[in-house]
Amino acid sequence: MKILYFAWLRERLNRNEEDVAPPAEVTTVGDLIDWLAESDEAATLAFEKRHLIRAAVDGRLANHQTSIAGAATVALFPPMTGG
Amino acid sequence: MEVIVTADAFDPGEEANAFMARTAGAGAAVTFTGIVRSKAEDPILALELECYVELAESQIAAILAEAARRFSLIDATVIHRHGRLVPGEPIMQVMTAAPHREDAFRGAQFLMDYLKTDAPFWKKEVTASGERWVEAKKEDDAARERWE
Repeated sequence: MKILYFAWLRERLNRNEEDVAPPAEVTTVGDLIDWLAESDEAATLAFEKRHLIRAAVDGRLANHQTSIAGAATVALFPPMTGG
Repeated sequence: MEVIVTADAFDPGEEANAFMARTAGAGAAVTFTGIVRSKAEDPILALELECYVELAESQIAAILAEAARRFSLIDATVIHRHGRLVPGEPIMQVMTAAPHREDAFRGAQFLMDYLKTDAPFWKKEVTASGERWVEAKKEDDAARERWE
């Protein structure tokens, strides 16, 4: 599964993307965030305000309850500030 | 309906003229242009707009389809830039065409309110005192929620 990061989340993690293989019990976007947050100290800090993290699963906006079963790409990012 | 997500500069007047030329029979056309502003207290040297291009294109297309349905728009276009911009440059432009002005205005407002909160762009201000990510505003969420 490919994870894409944007804006300050990308900067805090110091990577644009990564390939990960989460364990079977990681079934939702929220589970994925919790699991990624445990990977290292930078990730723990980057995901500290987890309620601010928005997501898209395979190119569709999602929320923390959205399933990631079978997903190829999950994007994680802060609240959007377009317009 | 047209979505243009681009790193290139655009000419707001040319775009508006082209849009009006192809929607000439509509009766009403509204154009809104967003422009990079500076701040007196801490002048902005540049605005860096990060974008998730694939999602931006599909999200804006979905928002356009919803606007067309709600406001009987005959046509609509959204242009949104990403990359490094300087104050005074146009960031984005929304154009709507409808039989009557009320729908053209409301359609443009709806599009603007949704683009603020639901299109995957992130703004970073570069000033003499440093760089900072622009935080999402509660007013923008409230502006969008009034359409729900």
